[in-house]
Amino acid sequence: MKILVLAAHPTLEASVVCRKLLAGIRREAGISVVDLYERYPDFNIDVAAEQKRLEAADLIIFQHPFYWYSTPAILKEWTDLVLEHGWAYGRTGKALEGKFLMNALSTGGSADAYGETGKNRFTVPEFLAPIAQTASLCKMSYLPPFVVFEGRRLEWAQLAESAGLYKDLLTGLRDDRIDPRALARYRLANNAAGKLYGVEAKPA
Amino acid sequence: MTLHDFLFGAFIYLTAAAISVPVAKRLGLGSVLGYLIAGILIGPYVLGLTSGDDVLHFAEFGVVMMLFIIGLELRPSLLWMMRQSILGLGGMQVVLTAFFIFAAGLSFSLNWREALAVGLILSLSSTAIVLQTLRERGVMRSEPGQNAFSVLLFQDISVIPMLAMLPLLTVPDFWMGININEANASHSMIDNLPAWQRAPLVLGALVSIIVAGRYVLRPAFRYIAESRIREAFTAAALLIVVAIALLMETVGLSPALGTFVAGVMLADSEYRVELEMDIEPFKGLLLGLFFMSVGASVNFALIAADPLLIAGLVVGLIVIKLFVLYLLGRVFRMQVNSSLMFACFLAQGSEFAFVLFSFATQNVVLTQELANKLIAVVAVSMALTPLLLIAYDKLIARRLQAAPEEPEYDEIENGETPAIIVGYGRFGMTVGRLLAANGIGFTVLEHDPSQIELLRKFGWSVYYGDASRPDLLHAAGAEEAKLLVIALDDRDQILSVADAAQKHFPHLKIFARAYDRRHAFELMNAGIENVYRETFGTSLEMGKDALHALGFRAYKAHRLAQKFRTHDEQSLREMAKLIDDEEALITETHKAQELAERLMREDRQSAPDMDDTDWKAPPPELRERG
Repeated sequence: MKILVLAAHPTLEASVVCRKLLAGIRREAGISVVDLYERYPDFNIDVAAEQKRLEAADLIIFQHPFYWYSTPAILKEWTDLVLEHGWAYGRTGKALEGKFLMNALSTGGSADAYGETGKNRFTVPEFLAPIAQTASLCKMSYLPPFVVFEGRRLEWAQLAESAGLYKDLLTGLRDDRIDPRALARYRLANNAAGKLYGVEAKPA
Repeated sequence: MTLHDFLFGAFIYLTAAAISVPVAKRLGLGSVLGYLIAGILIGPYVLGLTSGDDVLHFAEFGVVMMLFIIGLELRPSLLWMMRQSILGLGGMQVVLTAFFIFAAGLSFSLNWREALAVGLILSLSSTAIVLQTLRERGVMRSEPGQNAFSVLLFQDISVIPMLAMLPLLTVPDFWMGININEANASHSMIDNLPAWQRAPLVLGALVSIIVAGRYVLRPAFRYIAESRIREAFTAAALLIVVAIALLMETVGLSPALGTFVAGVMLADSEYRVELEMDIEPFKGLLLGLFFMSVGASVNFALIAADPLLIAGLVVGLIVIKLFVLYLLGRVFRMQVNSSLMFACFLAQGSEFAFVLFSFATQNVVLTQELANKLIAVVAVSMALTPLLLIAYDKLIARRLQAAPEEPEYDEIENGETPAIIVGYGRFGMTVGRLLAANGIGFTVLEHDPSQIELLRKFGWSVYYGDASRPDLLHAAGAEEAKLLVIALDDRDQILSVADAAQKHFPHLKIFARAYDRRHAFELMNAGIENVYRETFGTSLEMGKDALHALGFRAYKAHRLAQKFRTHDEQSLREMAKLIDDEEALITETHKAQELAERLMREDRQSAPDMDDTDWKAPPPELRERG
């Protein structure tokens, strides 16, 4: 599976999690990374080029910090412009049919904060409903998100572990060692760590 | 010396240099070794064309010029930042090396006076060889390079107390009759003065250099620059060096130290780059001459008489130096690799040793025989330095090289001046202000003295010079810089600077100001990627605001302007290829204009559609699902 990572972080140079996650996958064959804020500092998104990139990929990942329970602004602008009617959706819009979409994000709050009893009241997948529905409207399958909780408070070792798991997940999907349908059964892609991928995964 | 003798001498030296230096360089041996070999070849033991001694003293002036240039590159603030490594590293190096050689000397049954003199003299390293090599290898600004420089600086300064100390080491009976400055070829005016009168004179000379450097030289240079006669400036630059050297000789200080101080004082001035460039060729030639005369003065007869002893002494000297330097490198927290490189750079005797040894024999501290042997040892150790560094490259560096960790992202340049801005008028200044506001250092070149004066009043550091000359770009730091901004207001000059920069500094990213479309074509066809039409951005802004004023919503006008810019820049690149075919160019221009109109029209028409069908009101098929 060919993977396209659309990374959106307005201050990537100051980020901890996003940079570390990217560092692990940047030089992997079959995984291409687009740094949206670097590519389009003035939000003047090249729709044709972006569509071409999407056509070449099988799995599209939005990688970003969780800003106000959603993506940073450029990913919304990207969605607004690139996913054109008649191309991505609508009767004749079949360009993305059969592809996969997934979020990889980092939060400030803890895992406990996301849920009915937590201070954020909803789970991460609940917050991501608009994106899941965008995928569905474009005839794509939406995969559970990979979440790094409490990005700012992580110890270096924990961060390195997360980055390692992320790399395992992506390379596993790339090499078809992970069945996306099996992954889809989890609430978060994190929960499949050690089962479908990660250090403890036993080769089937 | 008759004119014929002079020309013949020049012929010999220049021929030797012209043949051996390129060969040595091509073999990867570096120019220093090339000069040394040339010197040995023309010297008394091979071809016998010259003795070397006759030019050695004259050629030492090359070292003086080199220190002036080094001074020019070291702002006082930078020097202050280096104080720890100069005093700590440099001081420890001299003391420890001198001590070990002193101990070795004692075990060779020298008396303590001789051993101490030898230890002090041999603790010095060769400024000329090391600095030339550092520059040639482009490691001047690296950690080992900077530290090696600090050590050399301390050594240069410590020559002064050594000159004062050596006579004290003499056998007391001889003390009364000895004249401190006898070793110097020049005749000091103040030789006969008692010490209490001499000290204020020496101090006064240094202070006057500092004061003159600050307050007198700059207006003088400005006056000369305004005449726009290049030779006059070159003459003035040489005059400074010669005058200071003369003054230093007169008061019995090292001329190299004096010119170094003057250089530091001028490092902040706008004429730094031009001065550096004017002195550079003289320095280069004289330094080459100096290395050749060192080669020619290696006494092979003496070495042949007792090869084992000399070889043993050379090895001993190098080993002691390597040991002390490596140790200090580690103590001063350098990596193993850097410490080794640092040690290899400095593991030789100094050219000062030639002067100091003859000084010491005249003061009856050392016997002539011992001094001659040690001079041969120093010369051989100097000749071995380039070989030592080659060995380091081949044997050590490769093995120690850890896999270089690729940076994930471009780090923002923290080097001293990652950018050069040529032309600092209304265009270049905006670029410079943005960079400066973000803490990025840059060098500015400007060719109008009155503009420089004005800019300096506002606190900008601007240098005088015509940037279409590659040597001036070089002096402005083009070697180390990443980016060259050409913001001159003359279209031909912009092209010629771009051309020179591309040819001589292919690593530089070039950003060029273009006067108009045609000029942009020329720049693009010259291979410049980043071309900025000087009024395009502003007029596009105005066009956008005009659309807004005529009733377009602001965001719409903004989008249209963005689209227009993208299209216009694309078509500009297309059209650049047709520059010589006027007819095709006209056709293409019309086509581009039509395309632009169509694009704009499409955007205008599609907008309401897009708004209605795609976003705000879903089309029927969506409604069915949603």
